[in-house]
Amino acid sequence: MNDTPTPPAVDAEEPLLAIRDLVVELPGPDGERLRAIDGVDLTVGRGEIVGLAGESGSGKTMTALALLGLLPQGGSASGQMLVEGQDVLTMTPRQVRDLRGNRVAMVFQDPMTSLHPMLSIGKQLTEHLRHHKKLDKRAADARAVELLATVRIPDPERALRRYPHQFSGGMRQRIAIAIALACDPALLLADEPTTALDVTVQAGILRLLDRLRRENGLSVLIITHDLGVMSALADRVSVMYAGRIVESGPRADVLREPRHPYTRGLLDALPHPDGGTAALVPIVGAPPKLGQAPTGCAFHPRCPHAVDSCRQDRPRLLALTPTHAGACPIDPLAVAASKVDSR
Amino acid sequence: MSTSSADPTVDRGTPRTAAPRKGAAPGPRAARGSHPFARFVLVRLSVGLLLCLGITILAFVLTHAVPGDPVAANLGDRAQNDPAAVAAFKEKNGLNESLPSQYGTYLDNLLHGDMGTSQQTHRPVWDDLADRVPASFELALVAIVLALVIGVGLGIVAAVTRNRWPDRIIRVVSLAGVSMPVFWLAQVSFYLFSFKLGWIQAGGRLSPGAIPPEDITGLYTLDSLLTGDTGTFGEAFSRLVLPACVLAAFNIGVLTRFTRAAVLEALGNDYVRAARAKGLPEFTVIRRHVLRPALTSILTVAGLTFGGMLAGTVLVENVLSWPGLGQYAYKSALNLDLPSIMGVCLFVAVVYVVINLLVDLLYGVIDPRIRLS
Repeated sequence: MNDTPTPPAVDAEEPLLAIRDLVVELPGPDGERLRAIDGVDLTVGRGEIVGLAGESGSGKTMTALALLGLLPQGGSASGQMLVEGQDVLTMTPRQVRDLRGNRVAMVFQDPMTSLHPMLSIGKQLTEHLRHHKKLDKRAADARAVELLATVRIPDPERALRRYPHQFSGGMRQRIAIAIALACDPALLLADEPTTALDVTVQAGILRLLDRLRRENGLSVLIITHDLGVMSALADRVSVMYAGRIVESGPRADVLREPRHPYTRGLLDALPHPDGGTAALVPIVGAPPKLGQAPTGCAFHPRCPHAVDSCRQDRPRLLALTPTHAGACPIDPLAVAASKVDSR
Repeated sequence: MSTSSADPTVDRGTPRTAAPRKGAAPGPRAARGSHPFARFVLVRLSVGLLLCLGITILAFVLTHAVPGDPVAANLGDRAQNDPAAVAAFKEKNGLNESLPSQYGTYLDNLLHGDMGTSQQTHRPVWDDLADRVPASFELALVAIVLALVIGVGLGIVAAVTRNRWPDRIIRVVSLAGVSMPVFWLAQVSFYLFSFKLGWIQAGGRLSPGAIPPEDITGLYTLDSLLTGDTGTFGEAFSRLVLPACVLAAFNIGVLTRFTRAAVLEALGNDYVRAARAKGLPEFTVIRRHVLRPALTSILTVAGLTFGGMLAGTVLVENVLSWPGLGQYAYKSALNLDLPSIMGVCLFVAVVYVVINLLVDLLYGVIDPRIRLS
């Protein structure tokens, strides 16, 4: 478990998480089926941190919820989602529940709402621990103290008896991470774990995740719209748009030489320390609503490079290098250089 | 969950509840040194006491403002035509004095434990209440337990099975419950179950002539059990069933609907999804993570429900001849028996204040944010 975090595209060993051709459909207002996720492939190796980027509504969170069997009522998933070689989508509800919080744990976006306001920290840290690992109260409490110390909560014994409202936002997210880590999961799904927090607190949370990966060999799928978070943490990055992966590859390749105009756009929308506000370029328009993706490349209405074929043919994910792939037929050099063009 | 585990370091000001409420909110520095929760209780108690005093004034003014002559209501035809008898009646009951003076006398007597003498029974109002209250209390207690268990239970089932058939059925039933007038339901159920089908005896707490059990709590069912008199217990219980169910029906409907809404709201919380993501069994998620927050709003409604039940007893007790407080209140009002009316008002006010205090305390037990902040 303690292998050094090299950024491998295809691990020699079986990846911890392998999602293949995931399709998620949700019920529409008139009973029709709307595709929230349309053929996603994603792998996370052991001890690897993979970033899943994209705007709200691109299907990032839905991917994580599908993995936990927590899709909204009426939602259905097909394809394959292998966790440690076992397909979650063919498991019984009981088996999925035994996986949740145990082998695969999740940290949610807003620690102000994801912790239960009326249950003590101790209760929230130990209830699943006692359920999954069958620990008695004493052993579970001891483990809880250990966990709080791991995420650097001061005075852990006392913290067990306190309630979420007695902690700050950053502390709450640390507690939420401690809760997720309780059963020693192999995979942590972190859904916008820093978005609701102050910038100064964000760095601490990211360092914590990085430390957990290094020390415990934890694998992390970090879901965020913030490529800045990605660049700080992820080994590999996949970019999602309208339910599909439009680009994936090692962090450095994707962030330095984006293959897809959407990735380029996300990067340009990111403030840079030396850029000032003049360098901020928003992506015009909004992502398509669920079930209203245009034909061809879903991004074409917002794409500065779109040509006629983009409106008809849906581009496939094409390998640029053995590890870096993008779903855009436009010359990658033109995309990479487009920031200069657009100004 | 103990209320005494409050953290001394967060001893700041008066606990506030999530629900908006009036009064009892002094400045943050006032509470230094004293336990915030004890302080909270003290403040609520004094507010309640003031409330009771206010009720006596209001009831006093209202009972004297209604058109009606206590003389006409209490004296027979011949006595009314006899000026000496009328004067004696007025003199005896202090009716010649000014209203504030009459109120002052009433309050003074009240503080000495004298609620006056009923003009219809010619007994101290206190004794009348002592006779009547246990009967109503027994009735209301069974009704509230029925309403809470059935209403909250159905509400949870409806919320969890939202828009599926159990929910649909429960919604129709609860709508029927809140839509049926209590007096109508009382008459129809009496006609059907007692008169037509003869399943249960109704009218009175025991059959006429039966000897009540030894007075321990005043509740016939409990007393007969305590003395081991199973025959009387069966009799008392069977006569209790119909009025209690009728009284509970409306409240079951109300509680079902509120519980359903509260549980649905709680189900939508992020922390419920987080609880499911922990892999807890659904039953645990509902019991621990959903019901806890829903309970605060259920509690609010349950408190109001109990108040509504006191009003309901007036109708149910009169239709089904239950010799309780409701019947007494009705008779007192008809006879313009001012001391009795005042007594009933005051009793109901005290019950209300106590229930509200209990509800407020329970908020603190359920929600640590109220208890600790």
